[in-house]
Amino acid sequence: MDCYTANWNPLGDSAFYRKYELYSMDWDLKEELRDCLVAAAPYGGPIALLRNPWRKEKAASVRPVLDIYSASGMPLASLLWKSGPVVSLGWSAEEELLCVQEDGAVLVYGLHGDFRRHFSMGNEVLQNRVLDARIFHTEFGSGVAILTGAHRFTLSANVGDLKLRRMPEVPGLQSAPSCWTALCQDRVAHILLAVGPDLYLLDHAACSAVTPPGLAPGVSSFLQMAVSFTYRHLALFTDTGYIWMGTASLKEKLCEFNCNIRAPPKQMVWCSRPRSKERAVVVAWERRLMVVGDAPESIQFVLDEDSYLVPELDGVRIFSRSTHEFLHEVPAASEEIFKIASMAPGALLLEAQKEYEKESQKADEYLREIQELGQLTQAVQQCIEAAGHEHQPDMQKSLLRAASFGKCFLDRFPPDSFVHMCQDLRVLNAVRDYHIGIPLTYSQYKQLTIQVLLDRLVLRRLYPLAIQICEYLRLPEVQGVSRILAHWACYKVQQKDVSDEDVARAINQKLGDTPGVSYSDIAARAYGCGRTELAIKLLEYEPRSGEQVPLLLKMKRSKLALSKAIESGDTDLVFTVLLHLKNELNRGDFFMTLRNQPMALSLYRQFCKHQELETLKDLYNQDDNHQELGSFHIRASYAAEERIEGRVAALQTAADAFYKAKNEFAAKATEDQMRLLRLQRRLEDELGGQFLDLSLHDTVTTLILGGHNKRAEQLARDFRIPDKRLWWLKLTALADLEDWEELEKFSKSKKSPIGYLPFVEICMKQHNKYEAKKYASRVGPEQKVKALLLVGDVAQAADVAIEHRNEAELSLVLSHCTGATDGATADKIQRARAQAQKK
Amino acid sequence: MAFPHRPDAPELPDFSMLKRLARDQLIYLLEQLPGKKDLFIEADLMSPLDRIANVSILKQHEVDKLYKVENKPALSSSEQLCFLVRPRIKNMRYIASLVNADKLAGRTRKYKVIFSPQKFYACEMVLEEEGIYGDVSCDEWAFSLLPLDVDLLSMELPEFFRDYFLEGDQRWINTVAQALHLLSTLYGPFPNCYGIGRCAKMAYELWRNLEEEEDGETKGRRPEIGHIFLLDRDVDFVTALCSQVVYEGLVDDTFRIKCGSVDFGPEVTSSDKSLKVLLNAEDKVFNEIRNEHFSNVFGFLSQKARNLQAQYDRRRGMDIKQMKNFVSQELKGLKQEHRLLSLHIGACESIMKKKTKQDFQELIKTEHALLEGFNIRESTSYIEEHIDRQVSPIESLRLMCLLSITENGDARCSSDTHYGPEHLLTFSNLRRAGLLTEQAPGDTLTAVESKVSKLVTDKAAGKITDAFSSLAKRSNFRAISKKLNLIPRVDGEYDLKVPRDMAYVFSGAYVPLSCRIIEQVLERRSWQGLDEVVRLLNCSDFAFTDMTKEDKASSESLRLILVVFLGGCTFSEISALRFLGREKGYRFIFLTTAVTNSARLMEAMSEVKA
Repeated sequence: MDCYTANWNPLGDSAFYRKYELYSMDWDLKEELRDCLVAAAPYGGPIALLRNPWRKEKAASVRPVLDIYSASGMPLASLLWKSGPVVSLGWSAEEELLCVQEDGAVLVYGLHGDFRRHFSMGNEVLQNRVLDARIFHTEFGSGVAILTGAHRFTLSANVGDLKLRRMPEVPGLQSAPSCWTALCQDRVAHILLAVGPDLYLLDHAACSAVTPPGLAPGVSSFLQMAVSFTYRHLALFTDTGYIWMGTASLKEKLCEFNCNIRAPPKQMVWCSRPRSKERAVVVAWERRLMVVGDAPESIQFVLDEDSYLVPELDGVRIFSRSTHEFLHEVPAASEEIFKIASMAPGALLLEAQKEYEKESQKADEYLREIQELGQLTQAVQQCIEAAGHEHQPDMQKSLLRAASFGKCFLDRFPPDSFVHMCQDLRVLNAVRDYHIGIPLTYSQYKQLTIQVLLDRLVLRRLYPLAIQICEYLRLPEVQGVSRILAHWACYKVQQKDVSDEDVARAINQKLGDTPGVSYSDIAARAYGCGRTELAIKLLEYEPRSGEQVPLLLKMKRSKLALSKAIESGDTDLVFTVLLHLKNELNRGDFFMTLRNQPMALSLYRQFCKHQELETLKDLYNQDDNHQELGSFHIRASYAAEERIEGRVAALQTAADAFYKAKNEFAAKATEDQMRLLRLQRRLEDELGGQFLDLSLHDTVTTLILGGHNKRAEQLARDFRIPDKRLWWLKLTALADLEDWEELEKFSKSKKSPIGYLPFVEICMKQHNKYEAKKYASRVGPEQKVKALLLVGDVAQAADVAIEHRNEAELSLVLSHCTGATDGATADKIQRARAQAQKK
Repeated sequence: MAFPHRPDAPELPDFSMLKRLARDQLIYLLEQLPGKKDLFIEADLMSPLDRIANVSILKQHEVDKLYKVENKPALSSSEQLCFLVRPRIKNMRYIASLVNADKLAGRTRKYKVIFSPQKFYACEMVLEEEGIYGDVSCDEWAFSLLPLDVDLLSMELPEFFRDYFLEGDQRWINTVAQALHLLSTLYGPFPNCYGIGRCAKMAYELWRNLEEEEDGETKGRRPEIGHIFLLDRDVDFVTALCSQVVYEGLVDDTFRIKCGSVDFGPEVTSSDKSLKVLLNAEDKVFNEIRNEHFSNVFGFLSQKARNLQAQYDRRRGMDIKQMKNFVSQELKGLKQEHRLLSLHIGACESIMKKKTKQDFQELIKTEHALLEGFNIRESTSYIEEHIDRQVSPIESLRLMCLLSITENGDARCSSDTHYGPEHLLTFSNLRRAGLLTEQAPGDTLTAVESKVSKLVTDKAAGKITDAFSSLAKRSNFRAISKKLNLIPRVDGEYDLKVPRDMAYVFSGAYVPLSCRIIEQVLERRSWQGLDEVVRLLNCSDFAFTDMTKEDKASSESLRLILVVFLGGCTFSEISALRFLGREKGYRFIFLTTAVTNSARLMEAMSEVKA
């Protein structure tokens, strides 16, 4: 523990402050810091320097240079400033550099000096110029507040969603306020300003004068004010060298301090830790740094060089030409362990572990002491916590080793805290590395979250490190590795000097099929950079066609989009593209496109069938699809047309189409239908009744049923109804009429082409056994048995069957024999069978 | 009589979860429109809806009145109208007319359209074109799987068949993929996948994509269903075209089973009103006879009746206590059984009356002759006679298709004018869908046509036979039939009481092609050795296997097989596979776009006057 506390400075009785070096800077500054506009982002963020030529009334013949460095002084970007005079620089929460120009324009640059966008703080500023500007952070994002030449304030609480608020006028304000700051309270941004001995609070409704409680008398002017990182506290520095510290609401005084230095300080910032009771303010003059708090004495440091203070969540960073240091209150756990002669359990455990390593029995004594007090758990926790607050890996290690040692003597100590601390420290040490230059403390890291840290690494294009961290922490791929790879790919497509093929290949090699990577997003980015070909190449890797299509449409590659949509099998997607194409192309081209895509074509046809019949016809016409065209007109003939003339005309068109399609069969049939329609019309006129839309068969039947036999026969001849069919038709119709006389006449008109069995069947269906028997006798020999069975003459059937010596017929008859009545017949058959077998 | 499953056959998963899921989602959707509302239901959705949520559930969720979506102005006076429809353009126009009428009358109401199973962009387009897109809110009710029975899931999408196989419209394939995805998330991944047919392949690939997009969810889950087999209907039209002779199929052919239930008319119930009966495994009597060849059913039922009588008769010798027991415990079950028994006996009688006449025997004989490929001339003249008699256009069409496929010739007869002009379109549809086949595609067709038509106009109808014999070339069906041994060679009578193979579902004359393919592939665990068959089916590019190289998961799950019929399956096929399952110790689960039969197939292809 030799002199470990050497850099600890007590402030009052209860707190120590220590300052240690983060980096030695070799950024080789050409300018003095005091000649520059400086902006350093919180959470170990980057530093921007702009030599300010406008402050000195020199002619701006030499264009100034805007340099951006990492916190460790590694150059990130350097660009010649070509715009107007800059009043103030600041970093947004997304680590974008906001440069507020004198004319009220705010230029936004990325970390690498890439210009992002710009916006204006209002027209009023154009004439009055901007006197001063502040960039501040709220829970909504980053805000900008400006003070114009007319001594009016304008602010925007979130530059991402720009809404300008012009603050009310401060009555009687003739000159610029001696100091001012933006405050954020209850989600509303205010301006606090000091004019002479008076303080005013501006919200967007009113300007009110405020007085800090317990302010020492004799103040004629406020020289400096500082708001804490969380906007909870406020410090005021007066021209009497007096510092007032209180809450930002100005309702309560915390403490005061008189430093007796009347020179205006260069910077004043709060230095406090979250959840600590200690409040302290760091005040910097040209060569002096003072930490003041609720104590009669202050801590004083000498500044060898021009320095700049960056307030952080849990301390203050101080950088100069050669060094970068961190000043903070020593955290409780560290204090407990390292305080001289501390008997805290953590301190004892650390000691025990050291003795153990020396193989000394003292280890046991220390351990026993802790255990007797029952504080071993607490000791381990203390060591773990303290490790988090140490900057040097060596010290982190010894503390963790002590914790690990202590853990061995505990039955049930949940391992999470230890494991997580090890992981967190490993990540922290990695990003604190000189080359990365993000000097985060443990508290800042926890506040920032790992996701944001990863974002920041991505922003610095430190993809490999980000991926390693993801893999090390085993983050889910979608949140971790995939997301970073996707960012990498989006960066990659912007490299204009690499050919499309190479970029696409490189991206695919790295990304492969990593889940959660959207190639279409990357392609969209490529398209955004004007690289359409690359975008198309990248889309090839996109496995989900649904994602490819919208971008392809946007890039006006509709035909490609169509084939992709078809590949996807998602008909809705196909339809979307179709409608797009329909509007984009002229009709002819549209149809031609469809022609090569049968799937899309049938989909569109289906739609047209219901919604745009005319288009359907055009489609068939275009394809010379006469067959379908014919079908289309046939459908029209009974679905769309009402009048006979219209229907016949439609049929005629259909017939023509069928001829063109060389489908004579269909054409003839259609012509027949036309003739039939005309005829039916005539029949209706002459005979009355309903004929239209009956089939030919039904027409003839209706005629017979109506007793118009002549006409029926004429019709049958005209339409060449085959004889067989006509006979069946007539037979059925006459039987339905029960016109047995006519039926008999008909049966004798000539030899029946269908034989006489049907006559028997039909008569039996009408239950006319008498008539049936008449015909049964005329049935030809091969069907005789069947006929006889039908009329129920089993005995005779048996005789015939025996005569025929037909085994099948015999069994048929036998199956019809019912035991009681046909016993004799059955015997007869059996006998005949037996005889047949003998032979 | 009903054969028990082998003891090692796996248990079926519980599909009632699907119903609960659908119901909960529907209720959620209804509650999105708080307050009283009238519900307009599309006719096709009524029966499925009835199986999911009855009227009282709807009423609980503030559905006031129920209307059927039909082309009539709505009389509803409610301030909120909710439409439950299939995503069809026709429906959109109906809704649009309603909304626009309201607009004209200066009336403002709330309209909500719930699409089931999903909405299509085309529908929204129509709403937009009709200018009411902003007036209605659209939702999807992803109800795509209705468990009709313990082993039968239906998507209730009969239009799938026409839309895909005739119109080439692929929009339902995504719905199928979604349904498969749902099944795999609920019941674990399917380690082995097989399929045949273009649509099967597309559906499979889409489903795989879905799985990949959401991977991780099913990973590591123990598979419940070991195999999945996807099959396009057009791989096997023949089986679907045949008359069914197992009881369930026969009931479907005769009375039309709709959404798992059938309306038995007065001639069955032997009372003056008809009765709606749910046909599934819960009906004990039905469950025992559903897969039986019809010739056994009557005998079984009478045996059952005797048993029942005997059970009733037992009470004769009972003392008071026993009687009390009997009344309280058994009587109800017996009565229930009694009721069912009399219903099925009634149904049987009715079927017998219709079917056991000479006609039906002849019909079956002809079908078998066609399947076996002998006596073509006789069969052809039978069909001609059938046409001449104008019995039923649907039947005639069916026989022509059967003839055409089995003989691979175009069985066109000039019957169109005789049935009506729209049938000219029907023919063109049948041909496009491949139900009427051509010997060779393209130009020869017209040659054949003109030949046939000339013959017909020459009034030499009898010569059609000769025309066909001149075309007679070894058809694919013949070759497939031979390769797969679809026509069992039987010595003597085929004993339908103790079936030996799946052919029993067609009286021992024919093993359903679809089922045989499934059997063969499952036996081989791949398409290996079936190349020739696949080629003959014209599916060389669309037969696939996908096995995950998992270690032999428990044999239990591997014996559970999901068969997906794209375009519908028949009860005969279901019976045949159930039989196969009992023989081999598998359990089959059926997923079909709809239960179909020959008549439905033909009707789907028919053009009817609107």
